[in-house]
Amino acid sequence: MLDIATLLGAGLLQAFEPLNLMMIFVGCLAGLFIGAMPGLGSVNGVAILLPVTFLVPPTAAIIFLAALYYGAMYGGAVSSITLGIPGASTAVATVFDGRPMAQQGKADQALTAAAVASFIGGTISVVLFTLFAPPLAVFALKFGPQEEFALMVLAFATFIGLGGDDIPKTIFSILLGLVMAAVGFDIISGQPRMIFFDFVELQRGIGFLVLAIGIYGIGEMLWTLENTKGEVRIHAVSSTWKSFKKNLSHVREYLPTTALGSALGFFVGTLPAAGATPASLMSYGLTKTFAKDPDSFGKGNVSGVAAPEAANNAASTGSMLPMITLGIPGSPTTAILLGGMIIWGLRPGPLLFTDRPDFVWGLIGSMYVANFVTVALNLALIPIFVRVLAMPFTILTPIIFILCFVGVFATTDRMFDVWLMLLLGLGGYLMRKLNYPVAPAVLAIVLGPLAERSLRQSLISSRGDVMTFFERPISLTCMLLALALMIYPIWLNVRRRRAGATSGTE
Amino acid sequence: MKYLKTLLASALALAVSAPVAMAEWQPRKPVEFIIMAGTGGGADQIARLLQGLIEQKGLSSRPFIPINKPGGSGAEALRYMQDKAGDDHTVMMTLNSFYTTPIIQEDLGVDVTQFTPIGLMAMDTFLLWVHTDREDITDLDSYVAAVKGAGLDWKVGGTGSGQEDSVLTAMMEAAFDYEVTYIPFPGGGTVAKNLIGKQIDSTVNNPSEQLAFYEAGDSKPLVQFTGERMAAFPDVPTARELGVDIEYYMQRSVNGPPGMSAEAVEFYTDLFQTLFDSAEWQEFCVSDGLTCDGMLKGGDLASFHASQVEAHKKLIAQVGAGAITGE
Repeated sequence: MLDIATLLGAGLLQAFEPLNLMMIFVGCLAGLFIGAMPGLGSVNGVAILLPVTFLVPPTAAIIFLAALYYGAMYGGAVSSITLGIPGASTAVATVFDGRPMAQQGKADQALTAAAVASFIGGTISVVLFTLFAPPLAVFALKFGPQEEFALMVLAFATFIGLGGDDIPKTIFSILLGLVMAAVGFDIISGQPRMIFFDFVELQRGIGFLVLAIGIYGIGEMLWTLENTKGEVRIHAVSSTWKSFKKNLSHVREYLPTTALGSALGFFVGTLPAAGATPASLMSYGLTKTFAKDPDSFGKGNVSGVAAPEAANNAASTGSMLPMITLGIPGSPTTAILLGGMIIWGLRPGPLLFTDRPDFVWGLIGSMYVANFVTVALNLALIPIFVRVLAMPFTILTPIIFILCFVGVFATTDRMFDVWLMLLLGLGGYLMRKLNYPVAPAVLAIVLGPLAERSLRQSLISSRGDVMTFFERPISLTCMLLALALMIYPIWLNVRRRRAGATSGTE
Repeated sequence: MKYLKTLLASALALAVSAPVAMAEWQPRKPVEFIIMAGTGGGADQIARLLQGLIEQKGLSSRPFIPINKPGGSGAEALRYMQDKAGDDHTVMMTLNSFYTTPIIQEDLGVDVTQFTPIGLMAMDTFLLWVHTDREDITDLDSYVAAVKGAGLDWKVGGTGSGQEDSVLTAMMEAAFDYEVTYIPFPGGGTVAKNLIGKQIDSTVNNPSEQLAFYEAGDSKPLVQFTGERMAAFPDVPTARELGVDIEYYMQRSVNGPPGMSAEAVEFYTDLFQTLFDSAEWQEFCVSDGLTCDGMLKGGDLASFHASQVEAHKKLIAQVGAGAITGE
């Protein structure tokens, strides 16, 4: 314990060196803007800015890149809330309630919640990281394909409760997402499959961003246009010191959610297979399932913004763990960090903690400081972000349409995906019109490939015996939790209906 | 002082390379550096090291962006490159699935001999690894005995059906007359992690994928599938020494899509030649057990590819495509 305190102290001192402090500040600021631009993800941002890091020592370099990653994680929330387009997969769950809040003129409150939740998530997870990194690394090793699959089932189960009352429609939506996730190459045999109409372009699969931007950018816009006949004014938000204080006083409402989301996010983030996207989705699903007022979610509940934001920041810290201790990056961005480490002559692996404590603890120290810098920057910039919403609808809508096109084209570089996005956007609009929840489909396209791979790996290794998921303690626990989560909303429904029948409110 | 030195050195490097480079073809936008395997594996580590060196040495006016396309044992990446025919801003880090995947998946419509060869950066090697806790396994004989005892319960991890490690696994099955269960993972790094976590029993990882765990005492190599013992592993016997006729290497070459323009090919060839000759790369080769005797390029690399395609066709016919794809 004392050891950790000494090492952390040294790490913090390192983070406060002028050069490192500057790196944190610049990194957070750059990350914020990179994350907020749909299409310019943190992957490109980190890759383009990698050369900057060769001018400074390795510790300052990784601090810079980690701060950039942090900033980008929050930046995604900015475009999710103000524009309704998730800039990255990690920010999808933030759209669910962030967008409705912006439409109700509460964008500043949503952005404050995102900033505060991110700060809490980041801080809780870096504390957990400090205290339990080595034992958690050992735990992560226990996660084989069976456990990964059980975790995915758990993630899907949290979403059964998401569709409101209509569980069959939720399941349909999940299945639709799974079908789209299966397009491309079979992950085991490598054969092309589900290539609809023999479009060669489909061999590359349906990208997650293509679907998310289609549904939330295009679909949502069409829906709003139809409902309001183009006459909406998205309420401009006046951002004053008084409203800021009022927003901060709301923190108490979503504090429990945030703490739960943070712990969950960190844990899911440390597993090499998962990462920040499933973490934020699961956090959202759980929060909704166990909320007192589940019906208010998706309509602008502030807890619905805090939960995923806490989880995705916590997970981004968590995903540093497998990178440092196992050399396995949890996300494309950490993969580039890994590349940087190899160039600096640092080989990530079990020995890094003992061989280069200055590097590891300098990084951990910087995470504490980066959290403070990000939250300060974010809160200070909210008045600028909400300006976007002051634009008249007739100007903002075309801009969002253009951003959708550019965002998709920039990530995949092909027109085919742009057309596909439009088509999926239309599909999303129709689903919305028919009262089908779209979020489960988005969840399924993200988690589908992970679930399929781990399912098939498990079944190959058990030679087809499904009992393998129930024979291992961790996977059994996840499976039982998943079962409970699936039954809970159904049971609630039945009870509510029965209560309705007896009181005779027909 | 140290920063100043680095700054000066990079400025100097720029000053030296810039005037020469100005006259030639230069990329006009970021170059996609495709990796036909998952993150954390050998190809991934190499591509990311090279990308970093390109930036560090200021070899390209536009950044190289590494993109992993591991789907379908590299089929996703191959198809992507085929669709990029004539593009001057895409290059790919390849491995042996460059040869095997198009042979096994005939519908793919990819002929790799049409791709533009740029440079062979290294030949990588394979070793047979087990967890250190397997005290009953000390050499090849005790390994074979343990596998035969376990039968199909013996799990070998690899990076995908038709990938080089599945070819090597099939070769071993044929040589020792046993059968194992082969489980594909998305990359060499994940395979290594699953060996250390005891989700699988053995693997034929490349040295770079296991090195961190080997140094920490978590895994041990039993055999190396090389002609001679590598400097990095002087105490590990080769398969040949033990009377088993298996010698297998992994090529690590950089290639462009079909029909890349001659000017671009020249630019990339020079760039990778500079990287190949750099002290950093040569050091990496030694520490990670790679053979880097001289960079094959142009026509030499094209005929190397052609002969490798033929060799793999024979190999696959010998062990049977079914043994590799697990059908």
